[in-house]
Amino acid sequence: MNWSETLRTSWAAVRSHGLRSLLTVLGILIGIAAVILTVGLGLGTQKDVSASISSLGSNLLIVSPGSSTDSSGVRGGFGTSATLTAADATALASSVNAPDIEGVAAEKSTSLALEANDTNWTTTVTGTTASWLDVRSRDLIAGEFITDEDQASQAAVTVLGSETATELFGTTNVVGQSVTIDGHTFEVVGVLASAGSDSSSNLDDVAIVPLSTAANQLVGGTTANSVSTIYLKAASDGQLAAAYQEAEAVLLNLHSISSADSADFTISSQNALVDTATSIYQTLTVLLTGVAALSLLVGGIGVMNIMLVSVTERTREIGLRKALGAPPWAIRRQFLVEAAILGLTGGVLGAVLGMGAALALPGVVGSSIVISPEAVGLSIGVAIAIGLIFGVYPATRAARLAPIDALRSE
Amino acid sequence: MTTTRAIANGNMPDKEYGEPVIELTAARKVYRSGTIEFEALRGVDLEIRQGEYVAIMGPSGSGKSTLMNILGCLDTLTTGHYRLAGHDVDDLDEAELAEIRNKEIGFVFQQFNLLPSLEAWRNVELPLMYARVPGHERRARAERALERVGLGSRFVNKPGELSGGQQQRVAVARALVGEPTMILADEPTGNLDSVSTEDVLGLFDELHDLGRTIVLITHELEVAQRARRIVRVKDGLIQGDTAEGALLATVAGGAA
Ligand SMILES: Nc1ncnc2c1ncn2[C@@H]1O[C@H](COP(=O)(O)OP(=O)(O)OP(=O)(O)O)[C@@H](O)[C@H]1O
Ligand SMILES: [Mg+2]
Repeated sequence: MNWSETLRTSWAAVRSHGLRSLLTVLGILIGIAAVILTVGLGLGTQKDVSASISSLGSNLLIVSPGSSTDSSGVRGGFGTSATLTAADATALASSVNAPDIEGVAAEKSTSLALEANDTNWTTTVTGTTASWLDVRSRDLIAGEFITDEDQASQAAVTVLGSETATELFGTTNVVGQSVTIDGHTFEVVGVLASAGSDSSSNLDDVAIVPLSTAANQLVGGTTANSVSTIYLKAASDGQLAAAYQEAEAVLLNLHSISSADSADFTISSQNALVDTATSIYQTLTVLLTGVAALSLLVGGIGVMNIMLVSVTERTREIGLRKALGAPPWAIRRQFLVEAAILGLTGGVLGAVLGMGAALALPGVVGSSIVISPEAVGLSIGVAIAIGLIFGVYPATRAARLAPIDALRSE
Repeated sequence: MTTTRAIANGNMPDKEYGEPVIELTAARKVYRSGTIEFEALRGVDLEIRQGEYVAIMGPSGSGKSTLMNILGCLDTLTTGHYRLAGHDVDDLDEAELAEIRNKEIGFVFQQFNLLPSLEAWRNVELPLMYARVPGHERRARAERALERVGLGSRFVNKPGELSGGQQQRVAVARALVGEPTMILADEPTGNLDSVSTEDVLGLFDELHDLGRTIVLITHELEVAQRARRIVRVKDGLIQGDTAEGALLATVAGGAA
């Protein structure tokens, strides 16, 4: 009995119980789908993280008010307090206090309604300084960015994100146009090149104004001096740690806080972003791996169970084949191949389900899922192996049946 | 059982037939179920030569099927010796026995034992498959065997689409196809009506004329009389052996 005969016979046996075979491989199917999703999610997260790192620049530090990332979580409520000021930004910009920090850009953001030619559009209005463009690694497609003079004179000028410009004017060719922000008329002096989205916001839907203008005309009040975020650019990737320590020292000193443990600000880097993404991914991975392992185990036991049933049902056939000269290894191989076919069927169907889910799920979980052909191939291999492993016992039982007992059975 | 052996040997027509195919000596088979032992064969000596057509007869429970299982290498002796076509079968393992069955024996069963999902020729080629005969040759030989049993037009029918007699002829074709040393048939007509019985027995006659060795187990005298030699079994012992034409005539005459 050669391989093609064995395959034909086993396939016919699997096919003759179509529904039963399908139900049997359900566990393997789910397990393989979970494996493909797990791997896809891992690769997807990696892709997302590296995309957001390249969109922000890898030598960037982000200072936020409050200490919401305190490990104990006790002072988590500080996240919204207005503890950072424009003065902090100025201090950090000093090359004496912080030689490893090359650029500083404070941001003061608020959501406001914009109006142009009777078109209304609500967007994030960000007050900042001339260094922002360099610190945030952004480019212009038209006009120029706000200048130090604009900052000094609280000029009513704005630089629009490409999407904002399109929403308001239908085009990005809008330098020289006027836009009304919160009742004040601003002149559009530039348009930002598109940069896509990071994890939290659309980088193309924004209106940039001078920080002083934002503080005095658009926000005002007691929070006028506060800023929502300060971005720091280290002189190089290698100086990131030094920049971090300098920034921390300067701010603690400025805020008269003696211990870093009670800081009223948080400095995070891209590494933190990576860590967050990784921890989300790890949680999902543990979950999916658990699902996969359990399903594959249950699926394997299902295969074993149905193979034992199959051996019992076909005892007479086994006896006949033995009487006609089938050696034990041929019988064993026949049932092993049958179990492997069950595994393969589960694997292929699971791969199809996994790939389908990989197409449908990113919209739901908010993370990319990347299908790798290697993972699909490998998991189908795993499915076949599970069929084989759990087929060993039933196949061995079939091979060991005494021909005389097998022939006599009804 | 020296007396039985004397009768068997004394009447063996050595000149007419060839080498011994079956040499069974002091064969005992004891079945054990729990603590109860049952001796189904109690010391059987039997020799069957190349080209013989032998019927093994006896009442129900006499040990015919037990003997057939031993002769077919489907079961092993408790004590005694069995040589089949020159092979000592006693100490062979299951894989070696499988090869002996495949090469030396063509089985015909009372229940036909065809695989219902396979077409007639696929059933017939099974022994060749386990003999690792290449595919195209298998098909040609299976078709020749089916033609031999008069089923030349039924190659692709499944067993369910054939009558009982036709199914048994497919089984005979399957027994023939590997050109085994001996055809071993246990109650081959037990499930057939008189017409189909005549079909199958006619086939056996033809095969005997072509020089095949046939061992047929039956409890029907009419069937046994078609053989050239009748071995009578009772209570696990051989009671009589009509190895010669004269003796056969007595048995046949006695029945008529
Ligand atoms: N596996 C077994 N275990 C125990 N006893 C058995 C077994 N097989 C057969 N026997 C006993 O051995 C004796 C001979 O059985 P066997 O099947 O050889 O009879 P037989 O001559 O073929 O009968 P029949 O004509 O009814 O088929 C019977 O008494 C039977 O009960
Ligand atoms: Mg019987």
